[in-house]
Amino acid sequence: MEEFWLDAMQILASTLRLATPLILCAMAGMFSERAGVVDIGLEGKMLMGAFAAAAAATITGSAWIGLLAAMFAGLSLALVHGFATITHRGDQIVSGVAINILASGLTVVLGIALFSQGGQSPPLSQSERFAPIDLPFAQTLAGVPFFGPFYETALSGHNILVYVAILAVPLSAFVLFATAFGLRLRAVGEAPEAVDSAGYSVAFLRYRAVIIAGLLCGIAGAYLSTAHGGGFVREMSAGKGYIALAALIFGKWRPVPTLFACLLFGALESSAARLSNVSFPLVGEIPVDVILIAPYVLTVILLAGFFGRAIPPRALSVPYVKDR
Amino acid sequence: MSRTALPRWVDLGLIPVLNLMMALVVAGIVVAIIGENPWRALRVMIDGAFVYPGSLGYTLYYTTNFVFTGLAVAVAFQARLFNIGGEGQAALGGLGAALVCLALDSVLPGLIVIPLAIMGAALFGAAWAFLPGFLQATRGSHVVITTIMFNFIGAGLLVALLTGPLIRPGQSTPQTRDFAEGATLPQIHEIARALGIDMASSPLNLSIVVAVFACIFVWVLIWRTPYGYRLRTLGESEPAARYAGVAVPKMIIVTMCISGALAGLMAINDVLGAQEKLILNFTAGYGFTGIAVALMGRSHPVGIVLASLLFGALYQGGAELSFEFNTIDREMVLVIQGLIILFSGALAYMLEAPLSRVFARQPRTA
Amino acid sequence: MSQAVELSKICKTFGAVRANDAVDLSVEEGTVHGIIGENGAGKSTLVSILSGHYRADSGSIALFGRPVKMASSADAIANGIGMVHQHFMLVPNFTVIENLMLQLAKAPLLKASRADVRVKLKALQDAYGLAVDPDAVVQDLAVGLQQRVEIIKALIGGGRILILDEPTGVLTPDETDQMFESIKVLKRQGVTIILITHKLREIMAITDNVSVMRRGKIVAHRKTDETSREELAELMVGRTVAHVRNEAQTEGGDVRLEARGISLRDAAGVNRLSDISLALHAGEIVGVAGVAGNGQSELLAVLSGMCAPDAGTIRVGNHVVDPQSPADPRTMRQLGVAHVPEDRRREGLVLPFQMSENAVLGYLRHARGKRRWLLGRKRMIERCAALMGEFDVRPPDPHLAAVGFSGGNQQKLVLAREHGANPKVLLVGQPTRGVDIGAIEFIHRQLLELRNKGCAILLVSVELDEILALSDRVIAMNAGRIVGEVSGSDADRQTVGLMMAGVSGSLPAGTERLAS
Repeated sequence: MEEFWLDAMQILASTLRLATPLILCAMAGMFSERAGVVDIGLEGKMLMGAFAAAAAATITGSAWIGLLAAMFAGLSLALVHGFATITHRGDQIVSGVAINILASGLTVVLGIALFSQGGQSPPLSQSERFAPIDLPFAQTLAGVPFFGPFYETALSGHNILVYVAILAVPLSAFVLFATAFGLRLRAVGEAPEAVDSAGYSVAFLRYRAVIIAGLLCGIAGAYLSTAHGGGFVREMSAGKGYIALAALIFGKWRPVPTLFACLLFGALESSAARLSNVSFPLVGEIPVDVILIAPYVLTVILLAGFFGRAIPPRALSVPYVKDR
Repeated sequence: MSRTALPRWVDLGLIPVLNLMMALVVAGIVVAIIGENPWRALRVMIDGAFVYPGSLGYTLYYTTNFVFTGLAVAVAFQARLFNIGGEGQAALGGLGAALVCLALDSVLPGLIVIPLAIMGAALFGAAWAFLPGFLQATRGSHVVITTIMFNFIGAGLLVALLTGPLIRPGQSTPQTRDFAEGATLPQIHEIARALGIDMASSPLNLSIVVAVFACIFVWVLIWRTPYGYRLRTLGESEPAARYAGVAVPKMIIVTMCISGALAGLMAINDVLGAQEKLILNFTAGYGFTGIAVALMGRSHPVGIVLASLLFGALYQGGAELSFEFNTIDREMVLVIQGLIILFSGALAYMLEAPLSRVFARQPRTA
Repeated sequence: MSQAVELSKICKTFGAVRANDAVDLSVEEGTVHGIIGENGAGKSTLVSILSGHYRADSGSIALFGRPVKMASSADAIANGIGMVHQHFMLVPNFTVIENLMLQLAKAPLLKASRADVRVKLKALQDAYGLAVDPDAVVQDLAVGLQQRVEIIKALIGGGRILILDEPTGVLTPDETDQMFESIKVLKRQGVTIILITHKLREIMAITDNVSVMRRGKIVAHRKTDETSREELAELMVGRTVAHVRNEAQTEGGDVRLEARGISLRDAAGVNRLSDISLALHAGEIVGVAGVAGNGQSELLAVLSGMCAPDAGTIRVGNHVVDPQSPADPRTMRQLGVAHVPEDRRREGLVLPFQMSENAVLGYLRHARGKRRWLLGRKRMIERCAALMGEFDVRPPDPHLAAVGFSGGNQQKLVLAREHGANPKVLLVGQPTRGVDIGAIEFIHRQLLELRNKGCAILLVSVELDEILALSDRVIAMNAGRIVGEVSGSDADRQTVGLMMAGVSGSLPAGTERLAS
């Protein structure tokens, strides 16, 4: 029993680590989409952030400067998205596609120009990465039945960005639902004309939402290259941005359900390797690839309305034009 | 008003050229920041795409891919559907073609297997687009998201098949066995040599002829048939389509299937024409390039051919960059592609206002 | 008395359209000031400038004698101007209090503002009698209450000037009365009210002064009790309208279309049509009168096949349509039921298409070429040119996109197209909405001519005068039901108006006909 529990806690720990970029990106998407701006560019912003973090950390030797660089990179692409879709009312999906492709290309081109290693960054040293943090009393409490392993194995020993991601959820919920800014931000995604007639700028609100999304994606990127991984590898976001988008839809654009969707998808990924050789009743062995595509399949099923309707914000993807 | 009062040559000629130039200028700036000469890079790309022996064949080979994926996106665009799933539909198309070849290439003559394989590609591509179309038409889930998801599902499916049941026996590379000699599309240089013309080797193959027919097919379909009329009506105004009695759900499903079939056909260029087997990730992002091609080509077959040529040249010329420079990679092409999508798609309205001030027609007297 | 609002030389153009042309307007404090004019006369643009929604190209604004800059909605709110738009500016899935906080919350945290807004809401309720549940979700409220929320929103920030833009268009007669009561209370409390409307009745009922707008200009100012409906009507349209009238009303021939017990529920499960039965006879025009939103649009949608009824049957000739075998618009057209839709810009035409393409919308059989699976371009162009000639569509060029034509010419093409199908039944919705006067007469004449040729016509219009002028029979709709019917010769504004309001109703003629 105890061994099983310890095992479960290890899975939980790896789930948390794999879910971290999903949570950060999904929260990013929540700000953007709650304000009415579709964000399929999560992937690209995260990838750009990952590259910027690794590059800046390599050059300056500081993981923290890497993090700042990543946030700046995410912000820059977010501003491009804002400029195209808010200022010029361009198609939000087209803009997102452009950003993803741009990031794919730029990270490799700049990577080769900087490091001449086929698009990778040099491996990062300890100081250039975010190290695991032991929570207080982790060792002391380890012996306590059930809670001990939960605290010591599952919760403690992650790098700081994992905790940032976990904190990002209540913080996002607070901003969106308990502040005047959040109220107006949500209103702008539902009925922008109401916000406009109340005397607040729709464009400025949407820009702020998109900027927050960019910063959060940047953090997610920094996590990939300087916390979870030890350097930048080309295409290292590997579709995680899209999984985060799926999680956001799966969570029906609400913070806590979205968190659980991210954890579910993280758990699927972390268990994929373990489950690959396990024989299930009726179906037998399930190939790893099938487990890995489960988030996408689940999202399609959800979108088709087979378990509850996911109703997006009313003004999502609609550029705001004053009538006439 | 959605339509501008710009003259046609500005709308269809000048704006795409300006968009391309803006994308090239920004890309040039990136090259300059890297510390290389943008003019030299451009020169290398043009030489690489058109001048070196065999380069034109490669350029046209890539062009063929983009014609298919560009048409796929364009057909859906005409009905105001955004099919981002070209990548997955092409992958499945490859599977369809490969399954036909693997099953029949030892029993039937090539002349029968090849058309069947082409149909297999179209059919599998269509099938992979059917479900997103069906779900949008009947359950209201948006094709954008479902086709993105289907790209990943398709990729996963192909990995599972190519590492499992379809893998070439006794090998660990995830690919099928080679198809039988006669069950593949002949390459153009082979035909030329058979006719006694000397031509440098390239993967360019008879798929390009299929691509030409696809262009004509799409043009007739969209602009000359009742189906195309209904499709364009739906694209411009759904209420008008309902008023006119267009069966909107059926229209969405059929259109997605046609779009998917075109994307699926992209696979024949690689699977039947170049590799002569099914390999992993052969779609290499061409499905996404189709978005850029359709946007630049204004969703019209003529525009798509021109835009495909441009992207064909970019891809082939871009490959040359890696040989000539230590610091520039072919991924530079992705940067240009992203910028083109940005300028001609997302920022499509940016040029309209200033240009309409310059070129505005005589204002109507009120 | 001092002037609450003084506008001088306000100009605003949209593209080539001069929406406001050197408009001067002054509104006395504490009065109800009406602005009346036809659709598109520039009324909404003018008040949108006053409320900061648009910026004027030139001109100046003064409030209570002080010149002000009106650059945004925020400026207007700060200057005590509140506007209730024709289309509500509310977030439907927010509560009333959340909607109010959109504007009022100044502190970063909502908690602080929430209590404050409740207090203000209570105060407003006490002062003006505007009661509403603060925690109700807006989309669950009746339209009249939603409008009340809008009025509260306009006043709660300390607004002293209230602008109402076509406030009764969406209201039932009962709700309209309540709204007018509210206006009277507000006026007593010293609030200045500007009422935009195109309904003369409202101007006469509630305003102190009235300004008439026509084609972007103010053409007259009057004291309400020194003017008359007739004078205002003439000022609005600029000349006495030579109405086309249906002089020889007919009894009608055989039944062309018969509907029995039609009911329709919307997605929310609300009954939009309840037990509608009617018969259309050859050679008669049946007018459907009613306040917008009382089921007329849904009736057209069901009869034209655009929408399947939940109950009831429609019989056209030998063909029966019921919920088990619903018809689509294509089938209905094949049966000879043509349809001029209410919204010509969204439904009746595809604006970016050339006129030749629009001329076959819904009638692709008129566009088949020599090879049946191809469109015959030449045939389409010839057909369009013929229709344009017949109905005097200008400019008569089939190659031009529909978007470039005026409302009247667009409508003529739609009518020509439906007329050209030689229909047995013609369903017509708002045939003259946004159409210039010359075209109105032409369209009315064509409808009468079609009737004389034996077509059965169902005419839906919010313009009661249009209904009265053209109909052989008038039926009135209220809340999705037919609430009364009179013959054209007996129909006048008062009887039909009362029926529309659901106050009186009689169904002798209708029941008789159905029974036979």
